[in-house]
Amino acid sequence: MKISAIITLKRDVLDPQGKVIHQTLDGMGFKDVNEVRQGKYFEIDVKENDPIKAKTIVEDMCKKLLANLVIENYKIIETQ
Amino acid sequence: MKSSVITFPGSNCDRDMDVALKKFGFKNKMVWHDENELPKCDLVVLPGGFSYGDYLRCGSMASKSKIMKSVIDFANSGGLVMGICNGFQILVETGLVPGVLLRNKYLEFICKNVFVKIDNKDNPYFKNLDKEVFEFHIAHNEGNYFCTSDQLKEIEDNQQVAIYYSNEDGKTEEQFNPNGSTKNIAGIFNKKKNVLGMMPHPERMIDKSLSGEDGSVFFKNLISSIK
Repeated sequence: MKISAIITLKRDVLDPQGKVIHQTLDGMGFKDVNEVRQGKYFEIDVKENDPIKAKTIVEDMCKKLLANLVIENYKIIETQ
Repeated sequence: MKSSVITFPGSNCDRDMDVALKKFGFKNKMVWHDENELPKCDLVVLPGGFSYGDYLRCGSMASKSKIMKSVIDFANSGGLVMGICNGFQILVETGLVPGVLLRNKYLEFICKNVFVKIDNKDNPYFKNLDKEVFEFHIAHNEGNYFCTSDQLKEIEDNQQVAIYYSNEDGKTEEQFNPNGSTKNIAGIFNKKKNVLGMMPHPERMIDKSLSGEDGSVFFKNLISSIK
């Protein structure tokens, strides 16, 4: 089944890319933006079909490789 | 003295490091990342470059490669492991040294000479050096050192900061910080001070006619203090 993981920077970590995107949006006329934070999105097709087990596997991947827990948080979403 | 330089796919400072180590008397071996065992040696170097194309996070893929298991065991048993630039990024991803390296504050690749100040010489890398300020070269996009405030306290309490970005007089003010690193940190030790990660490249400063000689001072001292 397909499981998705979203990795985002923690609140207290500076995100210069998000800042530049915000400034560019502002320059394009999108004036209603408070803040932009950039992250990563993974779609992982695992062989496991039990949703709880599949999420546990992807969570383990997030902890060990996909996210660096010093600066990033992860969120797991079941997509199928 | 024997050393090993690990080559990952995408490493590009591995040969420079080999030249530098040999110039100052190390018997160096190049070790491919896919090997299982480290050769018997006194020093392991993780060189600079763009291992695995900097995919996911710089150093993250390389930190999980086969050879790194024995590099981590070697470090945990007290062996000297030095990571330069991408090697430093690999070290933080293994957790051997604390913190992470974020993108440079102003989103630019920085390639220039900088001055760094050594704070603490009570370690195998810097002991017996007769000066504190060195001119080294930096070339990186992700060298902005970051750690949590709890980690910073622990790092400072244990005197784990190896080098700070400074000016040529050794002043470590914010204006001499090229990339936004927390507290101007350019290099850091593990708790036992046998593992050193730093962004600057001493191996690029080993020839007066090409660049400078502060790297020569560093390597000469390193080999004599390991003996």
